[in-house]
Amino acid sequence: MAENEMANSSHEEAKRPNRRGPKGRQRGSQKGQGANLSKSFKQLFTYSRAYVPAIIVALVLSMAGSIFNIIGPDLLGDITDTITKGLMTSIDMDAVVHVTTILVVLYALMFVFQYIQGFIMATATQRISKSLRKDLSKKMNRLPLKYFDSNSTGDVLSRVTNDVDMVGQTLNQSLSGLTSAITLFLGSLVMMFWTNWIMAISAVLSTFIGFALMSILISKSQVFFGRQQKQLGKLNGYIEETYSGHNVVKAYNGEKLAKASFHEINTGLYDSAWKSQFLSGLMMPFMMFVGNLGYVVVCIVGAALAVNGHISFGVIVSFMLYIRLFTQPLTQIAQGATQLQSTAAASGRVFEFLNEKELADESEKQTKLETIKGEVSFRNVRFGYNENQPIIKNFSVNVKAGQKVAIVGPTGAGKTTLVNLLMRFYEVNDGEILIDGVPTSQLTRENLHDLFCMVLQDTWLFEGTIRENIVYSSKGVSDEQLEAACKAVGLHHFIKTLPNGYDTILDDKASLSAGQKQLITIARAMVKTAPLLILDEATSSVDTRTEMLIQEAMDKLTVGKTSFVIAHRLSTIKNADMILVMKDGDIIETGTHEELLKQNGFYAELYNSQFEQAS
Amino acid sequence: MLKIFKYFQKQDWLLILCSLVFIVTQVWLDLKIPDFMTEITKLVQTEGSKIGDVLVQGGYMLLCAVGSMLVSMCTVFLAAKVAAGFSVRLRGKVFDKTLSFSMEEISRFSTASLITRSTNDIMQVQMLIIMGLQIVIRAPIMAVWAILKITGKAWEWTAATGFAVAFLCVLIAIVVFIALPKFRVIQTLTDQLNRVTRENLSGIRVVRAYNAEGYQEEKFEQANNDLTKTNLFTGRTMAILFPSIGLMMSGMNLAIYWIGAVIINNAPMQDRLARFSDMVVFSSYAMQIIMSFMMLSMVFIMMPRAAVSAKRINEVLDTEVKIEDGNAKNSEKGKSSGEVEFRNVSFKYPDAEDYVLKNISFKAHKGETVAIIGSTGSGKSTLLNLIPRFMEASEGVVLVDGADVKDYTLEALRNKLGYVSQKAILFSGSVASNVAFGENEKKTDKEIKRAVDIAQGKEFVEKMEGQYEAAIAQGGTNISGGQKQRLSIARAIYKNPEIYLFDDSFSALDYKTDRVLRSQLKKEIKDATSIIVAQRIGTIIDADRIIVLDQGEVVGIGTHQELMKTCNVYQEIAYSQLSKEELEVG
Repeated sequence: MAENEMANSSHEEAKRPNRRGPKGRQRGSQKGQGANLSKSFKQLFTYSRAYVPAIIVALVLSMAGSIFNIIGPDLLGDITDTITKGLMTSIDMDAVVHVTTILVVLYALMFVFQYIQGFIMATATQRISKSLRKDLSKKMNRLPLKYFDSNSTGDVLSRVTNDVDMVGQTLNQSLSGLTSAITLFLGSLVMMFWTNWIMAISAVLSTFIGFALMSILISKSQVFFGRQQKQLGKLNGYIEETYSGHNVVKAYNGEKLAKASFHEINTGLYDSAWKSQFLSGLMMPFMMFVGNLGYVVVCIVGAALAVNGHISFGVIVSFMLYIRLFTQPLTQIAQGATQLQSTAAASGRVFEFLNEKELADESEKQTKLETIKGEVSFRNVRFGYNENQPIIKNFSVNVKAGQKVAIVGPTGAGKTTLVNLLMRFYEVNDGEILIDGVPTSQLTRENLHDLFCMVLQDTWLFEGTIRENIVYSSKGVSDEQLEAACKAVGLHHFIKTLPNGYDTILDDKASLSAGQKQLITIARAMVKTAPLLILDEATSSVDTRTEMLIQEAMDKLTVGKTSFVIAHRLSTIKNADMILVMKDGDIIETGTHEELLKQNGFYAELYNSQFEQAS
Repeated sequence: MLKIFKYFQKQDWLLILCSLVFIVTQVWLDLKIPDFMTEITKLVQTEGSKIGDVLVQGGYMLLCAVGSMLVSMCTVFLAAKVAAGFSVRLRGKVFDKTLSFSMEEISRFSTASLITRSTNDIMQVQMLIIMGLQIVIRAPIMAVWAILKITGKAWEWTAATGFAVAFLCVLIAIVVFIALPKFRVIQTLTDQLNRVTRENLSGIRVVRAYNAEGYQEEKFEQANNDLTKTNLFTGRTMAILFPSIGLMMSGMNLAIYWIGAVIINNAPMQDRLARFSDMVVFSSYAMQIIMSFMMLSMVFIMMPRAAVSAKRINEVLDTEVKIEDGNAKNSEKGKSSGEVEFRNVSFKYPDAEDYVLKNISFKAHKGETVAIIGSTGSGKSTLLNLIPRFMEASEGVVLVDGADVKDYTLEALRNKLGYVSQKAILFSGSVASNVAFGENEKKTDKEIKRAVDIAQGKEFVEKMEGQYEAAIAQGGTNISGGQKQRLSIARAIYKNPEIYLFDDSFSALDYKTDRVLRSQLKKEIKDATSIIVAQRIGTIIDADRIIVLDQGEVVGIGTHQELMKTCNVYQEIAYSQLSKEELEVG
């Protein structure tokens, strides 16, 4: 059983550097959250109900294996006694063979049980991890967008991968490890006392002293580990910053300075690094010493007793094995306990995400819009990302079918807010938005989304073929439709020049310009053929000529659709049927280009400023 | 993997040698403990032995145990020193190397990957070294020595041990060959899963707008299945490792006693006691051997990850930096005129077929503003990057103040230049430390204030808590994009260079700030030369000269008015941004 313990200890160490982030967090939260620990386990237990019987079988097997392991030394002692008895005469070989046979069977069974146990646990924990991951991924798409405003992508990502992995791994190791360790520990304790109580007491005492020493050591080394982690964090931050600002560092001859501060932090790390490595490395010699100490004590006490004829030599042989079986599980139990804490912390984070409030259920909504004219009206809409701070106050407007609505305003004015409301990424606080006279709140989100096609400023492409990226989730798109869309946006020729045409995979290596990426997202919207359109105009990373191509493509896209265009260049929206001017989140002016210029308000100022020369 | 060890220094090897001595001592002591047991066994089996004799032997055993612990503490100490020292040194090397990289090398590795290489990868190697120094060296020494010690007493025991060791070696080898490649696969599959998740998260609006939740989930499910399948395989394979080692350990003991019974039974009477104590001792040796191998197998499990890390670190260290330092501290004539000239300059990436820039020639005189405009991929930024030697011209020469940029020391060259990148870059520190970034001689707060003022940052900086000493978070995340850009422009102004290089630095600013800033700049830095890469016609409409690039070639040089008449590409760009009337008015 020592093997598991070794596995755990080296495993733990190996992982330490990588777990800086989550570990720090766990350690911080562990203290005040004893109650959460059991809560997390309850949740995890309920979640993995289906696997509980299998896990129990595994644990029983693990216990049985350990029990065989404990009986072993006793039988081995019998062999020894048989040998010593016959030392001066002749050994009863039949007895030896008999006991040996029993032992062979026992050990074979132990092996089989342990393997089956390992197999079941590996299978169960992997399956649990898998279904956790699956549920997390589904959950992701059922959360309101609000959640993602306050939680970073990295955070969600680490729940899906790191935390789930952590649950799987630690659950596997800690559960079976703990069960077998506790069985071994108690079993060998019982067997030792049953065999000879004097030797048992001396064995327990010697082990206890060894472990007292060890726990002092561990608590001391924690300090250095903390320090090392902190310094590592500082160092990593510095490296990240310097590498990302590489150009600037060079252009301003900041290399010497950067090197100097880096080497200062790096050298500082050396001290805490070797100390923490040293202290944690001491675990192994100490463990071996505890083992050796026990061995020596058992030998001496046993020999003393044997010389006086109190015990047979077989007892010493049994104890030489028991002492190993007894000391090893102790570390394992300690490690198992810490591992369970990690399991709890990680599964706590997983379930926290799974228990987040989801978007409202819409299965009872019956209204469905199939073909529409495309009239959109806002009626007394009030909205604020924070309900106490409304940014859109009582906004009303009617957009006729086929009209083009431009939304303008400086960066940060909240132009995407209207998109968020139209698509019901966020719900209005008051008032309503109607499509063909039907309030969007009466439609399912799915139905609503089907009515819109949307091109956003951040070109979102995924790793997959060009075809997959354009067709995306639209059903039944023929090759002709696909090509027609690409011809319309002027991509067809370019795609045809690629080695695999429409089946070229877009990944890091694909050298698509920002403009081409934008065109692909426009083609995606085109293929969808929905009556309403949301368009976030060209990105600032696209040059003006490519932008013209994109503009043309977008114009084609708007034909026959009621469109909402977030405009960045004022020159392109003069022909809009309606311009909404936004500032600080609110819509401050509404009208056509001419009307707004006449008003001589914010729009006029914005419009004129772009032509003024620096002088 | 082994290549990384060439970065060990003499002193490291010395320490390793020392630790080798310690390890040998430790093995000797560990194997000595059971030896005393031989004596004890004899004492016990001999009638009339005194307890005192037993205690003496026991005392020796205890001494050995303590000695073994002390010696192995020394080993750990040395290993910790070597590993920590090595990783600190290696990290320093990687950092220095990375800083010496030009843009070309950086983009080949990608910044994110370089960061991992300097941090996590080095930790992996450190862990392996510390484990290796303790375990990898110890296990074989232990096995060989223990087997040697018993050889000659009875070949059956030696054979049994040899068999067990061989079995363990084979087992480890099998696991290494079957499961370990899978661990690499798992890494890729985890990346895949991460990617799909990241995709879904970053495109969450698109996913919802297209009702593509199911589509994404299907993709995730695919990745999830692949990962789980491989995980299951490795998990189930690895599950056999530990029971097998346990079986070996117990089996060995049993075999030794069983063989022992036979041997003793066949031995002549006077040898029997000796054989018996050999048996007891040998079972202890066997335990030690198997334990060492068990730990060895742990190292093998760590190895592949560390090997990958070592390879990645080596890749960085073995990369040759293309750009070499010149030695001129200033131009030959010693003048600092702020003149920039391109003479038939071409640029292409190594291995690329097409030129990014082809045969570019132009000259910017002191105090002039030269603008570069063109579509994405036309080579604007590349052209600008040739001046501070972020990249090296493939053909032709770039001259600053009449001298080839390659002749200058990089420091001297860059002292002449004030570069502002497209994406504003700030470092953690204060507003002042960011503006006064670099190695220039100490200047006054007044200079910092002036620079920030010209860059239109005064208003917001003075509203910040602590004003010029206000904290800037890593990457400048506590201020807005426009504010960051203004501070990075202030940084260039503070430096008071002969030549300003603006790489599309104004696009993060709104039209109004852009205009005010440029007119301020024009007033304050009129002696300096400016080279501006831009997207907006408005930004460059009043430049002394505009260079129009199209697919790496110059298609027009002149003022706005001239180009409007002569250059088609320029007209196209202009009309896409402004209407005809506006342009004529302008």
